[in-house]
Amino acid sequence: MDQAATAQASTRSFGSQKMARATLGQMVLALFIALFLLGFLIFPVATVLYVAFTEKGTGAFTLINFIDFARTDLFVRSFWNSFYVSAMSVVLASVFALPLAYITTRFTFRGAGLIQTLGFLPLIMPPFVGAVAMLLLFGRNGSINLLLDDWFGFKIPFMEGLNGVILVQSIHYFPFILINLSASLRNIDRAMEESAQNLGSSGFRLFRRIVFPLAMPGYLAGASLVFVKVFDDLATPLLLNVKDMLAPQAYLRVTSIGIADPMGYVISVVLIVMSVLAMWLSACAMKGRDYATVQRGGGGLMKRSMNRFETIVAYGVVTLILLLVLAPHLALLLLSFATVWSFSPLPDAYTLAHYSRVFGESFVYIKNTFLYASLAGLIDVVLGVAISYLVLRTKLIGREWLDFMASAALAIPGVVLGIGFLRAFYGVTLWNGQPLATVWIMIVIALAIRRLPYALRACYAALQQISQSLEEAAENLGANKARTVRRIVLPLMTGGIVAGFVTSFSTAAVELSATLMLVQSNSDAPLAYGLYVFMQSPAGRGPGAALGVIAVILVAVCSWASHVLIERTQKARGATS
Amino acid sequence: MTSLHHAVSHAHASNLEISDVHVSYGQNAVLKNVNLSIKPGEFFAFLGPSGCGKTTLLRLIAGFNQANRGSIKVGGKDISALPPWRRDVGMVFQSYALWPHLNVARNVAFGLEERGVPKAEITKRVQAALDLVGLSDYAQRLPSQLSGGQQQRVALARTIVIEPKILLLDEPLSNLDAKMRVEVRRELRDLQQRLGVTTIFVTHDQEEANAICDRMAVMNEGIIQQVGTPRELYERPANLFVANFLGHANVLRGAMGESGHDRSFTLRGGERLMIREGAHIPDDARLVLRPQAFSLARGTANGSWTGTVQDVEFLGAIIRYRVSLNQDDILVDASFRPGDEVYAPGEQVSVSFDSSSAVWLSQ
Repeated sequence: MDQAATAQASTRSFGSQKMARATLGQMVLALFIALFLLGFLIFPVATVLYVAFTEKGTGAFTLINFIDFARTDLFVRSFWNSFYVSAMSVVLASVFALPLAYITTRFTFRGAGLIQTLGFLPLIMPPFVGAVAMLLLFGRNGSINLLLDDWFGFKIPFMEGLNGVILVQSIHYFPFILINLSASLRNIDRAMEESAQNLGSSGFRLFRRIVFPLAMPGYLAGASLVFVKVFDDLATPLLLNVKDMLAPQAYLRVTSIGIADPMGYVISVVLIVMSVLAMWLSACAMKGRDYATVQRGGGGLMKRSMNRFETIVAYGVVTLILLLVLAPHLALLLLSFATVWSFSPLPDAYTLAHYSRVFGESFVYIKNTFLYASLAGLIDVVLGVAISYLVLRTKLIGREWLDFMASAALAIPGVVLGIGFLRAFYGVTLWNGQPLATVWIMIVIALAIRRLPYALRACYAALQQISQSLEEAAENLGANKARTVRRIVLPLMTGGIVAGFVTSFSTAAVELSATLMLVQSNSDAPLAYGLYVFMQSPAGRGPGAALGVIAVILVAVCSWASHVLIERTQKARGATS
Repeated sequence: MTSLHHAVSHAHASNLEISDVHVSYGQNAVLKNVNLSIKPGEFFAFLGPSGCGKTTLLRLIAGFNQANRGSIKVGGKDISALPPWRRDVGMVFQSYALWPHLNVARNVAFGLEERGVPKAEITKRVQAALDLVGLSDYAQRLPSQLSGGQQQRVALARTIVIEPKILLLDEPLSNLDAKMRVEVRRELRDLQQRLGVTTIFVTHDQEEANAICDRMAVMNEGIIQQVGTPRELYERPANLFVANFLGHANVLRGAMGESGHDRSFTLRGGERLMIREGAHIPDDARLVLRPQAFSLARGTANGSWTGTVQDVEFLGAIIRYRVSLNQDDILVDASFRPGDEVYAPGEQVSVSFDSSSAVWLSQ
């Protein structure tokens, strides 16, 4: 924020000249941002590409690494496993999201708001946190299967191999579909539906022919996001001991064989290509289908009340889904208080020992998490405000490229960025001979780069909503650019800035895929890393679960606080904003 | 023309009977005891200011609102218990409500598909409906690729292709620019005449209603104020609301007086109007005169009222004067032909009118 303000301090142009040409301050600011992005996003990714496409040692261009990839059984199998898991996760996530979205947007339903809120809950916990807890509930000897075996004499392989990854991922990522689908359902004008009824359509036919096609763009946006997230996720398969998927393979190659081995980089390229491909396909499918049909005086689909039978069915479905969705959280909570939980539906006894252990010897994880996530969030909102200001309020040549570069981080999986950082900065040594890649600040920067697109979008939207005439009025009354930014623009953007910070902070607090590559010692490790280490041994499950619960509470409290803060500022500002 | 007549024509137009319909949301009554009878093949308008209940009444007929009581009969059959999709009451929405994911032909085919019409016949009827609105070349376009006027025609084609018993038009011209509005309104009238379908047109624009409909109902505050032909309503408004809503009305207060055999009406400023014998006029009545009922002449004249021109608006075909009498101000419209004399502000004029055009209204 400060940079945005100081950079503008040198400018003195007024009124209509404001958009005329870029000032020196703006150029310096843009240059600084460009260097940051080039250094910490483009350079590491380019390094990954370079290694993947060149011969080891000579540096000559070659495709031999990719041919090796295609000839190795393990990699091909990993690729198809990743694809299968991602696709099935989309299917299963849709099964959870569709009824919830439809019922809550369609019917006057008691607790619709609660369902929407609970539905988002999984998002505040990354899937790997709940993975082990899910094993205890749904695993071969988990609570559910023990009960099934007792009562009916059979077990269901919920968590066997890839099934487990699919179940855990879809439970955690279905809110992406729920959010997007609910939004586009709400954006369908009532007249769309009424005109279909008027022409003789009703019930499921009306849903299939009119409502669902109109909600399709939202569904696709959510589904492609789920696909990409699952495809790139590293920690969940690792914790469930599934190694033959692409992201775990990339990690294992680089950490066990070494950063000189090209296969890790080849897999990284495949991960990037798949991400970009999925996003591109969904963008193509959505092209020309901007179906926001709500018009003046419209206002979403018709809501109707349900009859008795429908109410029972709806509550049944909703309860079942919510139980399933909240299962990892409940199991994690149980696990964090359990003395021993093995081969029994519920823990044998309860204890607070795990929490005291975590707050004692493992407090460094929590401290590090706060430090890293706050710094990453701060970097993100500073860059977010500066980039949005440059794009929306100046005529600087190439300003869209800043936006594009910052957003491109979306397509770079965490594990790939981690590998890129390792490779690019390992050779760079500091004055004391320590490689740059192993300094904790690199973890912060990696987190900031990963979360920048989200913070940027929040700041961008906030600035876009501010009418330029408000700034012109300030300038007209004698405020220069810097003072206008400080007194008018920044205060009005507060909501967006806070939202951007919290998004960055809370997702960075539980991010693992990039950090897993970059953490060099326990004393530098954040919470998510500690959790991962704990969860790998049966004895560490209790403390690991306690850490997980702390992480969930941390993120939940932050999200809630920011929500309240934003509501309050918006209410205070009333209709003027 | 023959194919479209085969495809979309109404051998038997239906009548519409609305009896004793009442709609309220909580304490707030939106429609109060509405009774209305619309003849087969009639072009009927609901006219009134926003919030008067006209759209509620239209949506009630289509089945999108529920009445607290009363019945709606189409062709003698009570449809008030039927869901919207069983009513055969076609509605053209104000926003057109074209489905953006279906092209023009598929939008138009929708209602026929829902009715299980055979494929070959659907193709034929869609073609005929699009011919009818002059859009057969646009069948494969998406709605977003059409202009506002074209979208409106697609919405119309989509509705008439199912041959509805009643055609409802919800402010169909409001999203068009002024010039298009006049053009499309003529086309609508023409089309309705050819199809012969009973049609209800909702509007807040009295000129639109006057131009297009056979009869209309003027509504205010959930009550039908008056039903009749545009001319009847204009010439003989039933109350002050109707008089004021349909064009401008000079409403003059005064007192009834009697001297011997003669009755007279005296304005507050002393101007007097003799009343013909036998005319039944209530004591609290007000005198309502349209601006064009007056004629002006320079100076004063015996038997005429005298006034002073306050201001002059030149509106092209007419000139609108504001003339102050002793106590009242009146608006006077004089038709204008090039070369005519125009009175200037401050000039004294004599004001006369044909007393047969006077309307007496008590509230």
